[in-house]
Amino acid sequence: MDILAPILISIIAASTPLLFAAIGELVVEKSGVLNLGVEGMMLGGAVIAFIISVETGNSALAIVAGAAMGAMMAGLFAVLTLGLLANQVATGLALTLFGIGLSALLGQGYVGTPLTALPKLNIPGLTDIPVLGPVVFGQDVLVYLSFVVTGLVAWFLYRTRAGLVLRSVGENPHAAHAIGFPVIRIRLFAVLFGGAMAGLGGAYLSLSYTPMWAEEMSAGRGWIALALVVFATWRPGRVVLGAYLFGGLTLAQLHLQGMGSSAIPSQFLNMVPYIATIVVLVLISRDATRIRMNAPASIGKVFHPDG
Amino acid sequence: MNSDTPSTVPQDTPPRLRLREITKRFPGCLANDAVSLDLAPGEIHALLGENGAGKSTLVKILYGVQGADSGTIEWEGQKVDIPSPSAARALGIGMVFQHFSLFETLSVADNVALAMQRGTGRDPALLAEIEKLSADYGLALDPTRSVHELSVGERQRVEIVRCLMQNPSLIVMDEPTSVLTPSEVEKLFTVLRRLRDEGRTILYISHKLQEIRDLCDRATILRGGKVVASCDPRQETPNSLAALMIGRAFDGPKAGKPVQVGEGVPLLSVQGLSMEADSPFGTSLKNISFTVRAGEVFGIAGVAGNGQNTLLAALSGERTAPRDDWVKFEGHSIGRVGARGRRDMGISFVPEERLGHGSVPDLPLEDNALLSGWGRWGLIRHGLISRGKSRKKTEDVIEAFNVVSTGTGAAARSLSGGNLQKFIIGREIMQDPKLLIAAQPTWGVDAGSAAAIQSALIDLARAGAGVVVVSQDLDELFTIADRVAVIFDGTLSESRPTHATSAEDVGLLMGGLFEATP
Repeated sequence: MDILAPILISIIAASTPLLFAAIGELVVEKSGVLNLGVEGMMLGGAVIAFIISVETGNSALAIVAGAAMGAMMAGLFAVLTLGLLANQVATGLALTLFGIGLSALLGQGYVGTPLTALPKLNIPGLTDIPVLGPVVFGQDVLVYLSFVVTGLVAWFLYRTRAGLVLRSVGENPHAAHAIGFPVIRIRLFAVLFGGAMAGLGGAYLSLSYTPMWAEEMSAGRGWIALALVVFATWRPGRVVLGAYLFGGLTLAQLHLQGMGSSAIPSQFLNMVPYIATIVVLVLISRDATRIRMNAPASIGKVFHPDG
Repeated sequence: MNSDTPSTVPQDTPPRLRLREITKRFPGCLANDAVSLDLAPGEIHALLGENGAGKSTLVKILYGVQGADSGTIEWEGQKVDIPSPSAARALGIGMVFQHFSLFETLSVADNVALAMQRGTGRDPALLAEIEKLSADYGLALDPTRSVHELSVGERQRVEIVRCLMQNPSLIVMDEPTSVLTPSEVEKLFTVLRRLRDEGRTILYISHKLQEIRDLCDRATILRGGKVVASCDPRQETPNSLAALMIGRAFDGPKAGKPVQVGEGVPLLSVQGLSMEADSPFGTSLKNISFTVRAGEVFGIAGVAGNGQNTLLAALSGERTAPRDDWVKFEGHSIGRVGARGRRDMGISFVPEERLGHGSVPDLPLEDNALLSGWGRWGLIRHGLISRGKSRKKTEDVIEAFNVVSTGTGAAARSLSGGNLQKFIIGREIMQDPKLLIAAQPTWGVDAGSAAAIQSALIDLARAGAGVVVVSQDLDELFTIADRVAVIFDGTLSESRPTHATSAEDVGLLMGGLFEATP
């Protein structure tokens, strides 16, 4: 049993940044906007959170700054796509490239700087329960936050009026405009929220997962998050499933490689998490009607009130 | 004929709504030119006009979707501003849209809740209110169902219930009957008359002149953005109303055509065609059989969403049938032949959707002619486009079909609906097809263009081609078709000669009152 707890803990650690980024992007896409800049916003959040943490030693401030950086970059995206009606795909790709470059520039002096990881929560008594204790009650604040946010997003989208309005904007912005909803403003808030969540995912990477800064340390997680949202058919519960499946398999294949089984080339093992996650999510969501019920119909299309 | 002093409104009660000198200018066109309009309590007031006459713009201004450049709006005698749709609703103006503005993936109750500025569709009080109101007016609705599961008629009920839930004193209805069966239209009129008797005002926009005579108390006619007449439609004939709309004597499609009863090898023969719909909300075809002979117009009636789209795809070759011999053309099996191959054989196709399916919206007319006609017209040589020839062909179409445009370089999007439709129909007819398949050829087209299109289709058939027209408009089918069959839930009724049946009978069939042909 001694081996189980560390494995579970590392699965959670590998999955949390994905969960943040994906749940944020889910809200963005539900409002009808496709922001492909997740990877860039994660890197922006990661580098700012790291710098603030090193300079001030205040991890709460660092987390907030990471989220704010993500939101600011998303704000730039919003100005271009919602305000100036630029193409969302091209702007999102540019945002990712911008984020990679900007984070490398800002973090130049911090490569190799050591940092103490975010403190794990320790609840005397509860954390001492074997296996369950450290897994459930011994995580850092961002892990809990990722679950709170996911729960809140699911509740918001499917139980509140504001969530209903957001979904209606994503499905048919012209009808929503005709009823009198401020389509652009609603989408702006969704995009800012998505940016903040990507920033938090980045902050988790540089503050907790691997407490350091390295260029392009998000290593494609932003792209995985984007794919997760689609393969999870825009359902928050399935995003959690997909994020943890991916995190778990990433870890499992690392352990397999570590055990030195030479029968399977390591390149193939590296592929397993990607393929398996896609296969599983495609299998559970192959019902075309469900996809249409959940997919935001207006995604990626520029909305102009007079158009 | 004086729009400033409406004849039937007592002068001591202020009008519910008074528009004064409303002007709205768009780049390159004056959409509304000093339009004045009075709407009295308890009347059904028709707003008439061709495409582009300024009706939609006026309604958008009235409902706060767009602002006027100048002019004033008075509501119950008070001068008001209507900056947004919610402001319009707050005054008591409700709107039932022409293109349903419903959210398909949401429930009926969610759709109502969104428009009502309150809660969500989970609120039990709201559910109860919807049920009570729909029962009151005989508009049966299950508020928990998703909109995408509903028929077109049911969707309209959602729109109306959603509008009535806000207890409006002025209801604007834009082309409400274009998608309904005759019996559904009758039910709608009953509801509208009851709303009028409750003292509400209804502004009713429609192309269907007969309906306006049956239903409306007064009519205001727009042409070129100006009010040109105001009249009592019950004192007019459909032809005199049409003449007011187009500003000259109305020339309807030629009547008294010979009915084709010739035997011989059918031009098109469909036998036992079954096909799955390609989208989860489409209707699959079940064992469809019919034949079309050269020289006749064959009409397929039906309410939208009963399998027309799948059938049209199967006929045009956009989707090939599972078996080759289910579709035969001049005796040859063509079920597995694709759209290009069928065009080469002489089968032309006019889809329902003008922009995006019938034409590429942003390409000039010349390129749109090329895309459809390059094969039959020989516009491509050694892989190169013959520009001169394609321009000439485009000019021919524009001239022959009287298409109002800025020339062969005009983007398809820039044409009005009626002119673009004339261009598309003309483009196909001038390729000299043996068989023309047209879907909703005059949907949303003004009376003048519709008559021209209908005449062209009849002429094509009389010249020896076969014509298949899929339409929801029974008046149209009875004007141009020799035989008519009804599609319902993916099955097709037996065909009947139009001279030996009535619109009422076909209307009943459109509601599904027939046994599928074995």
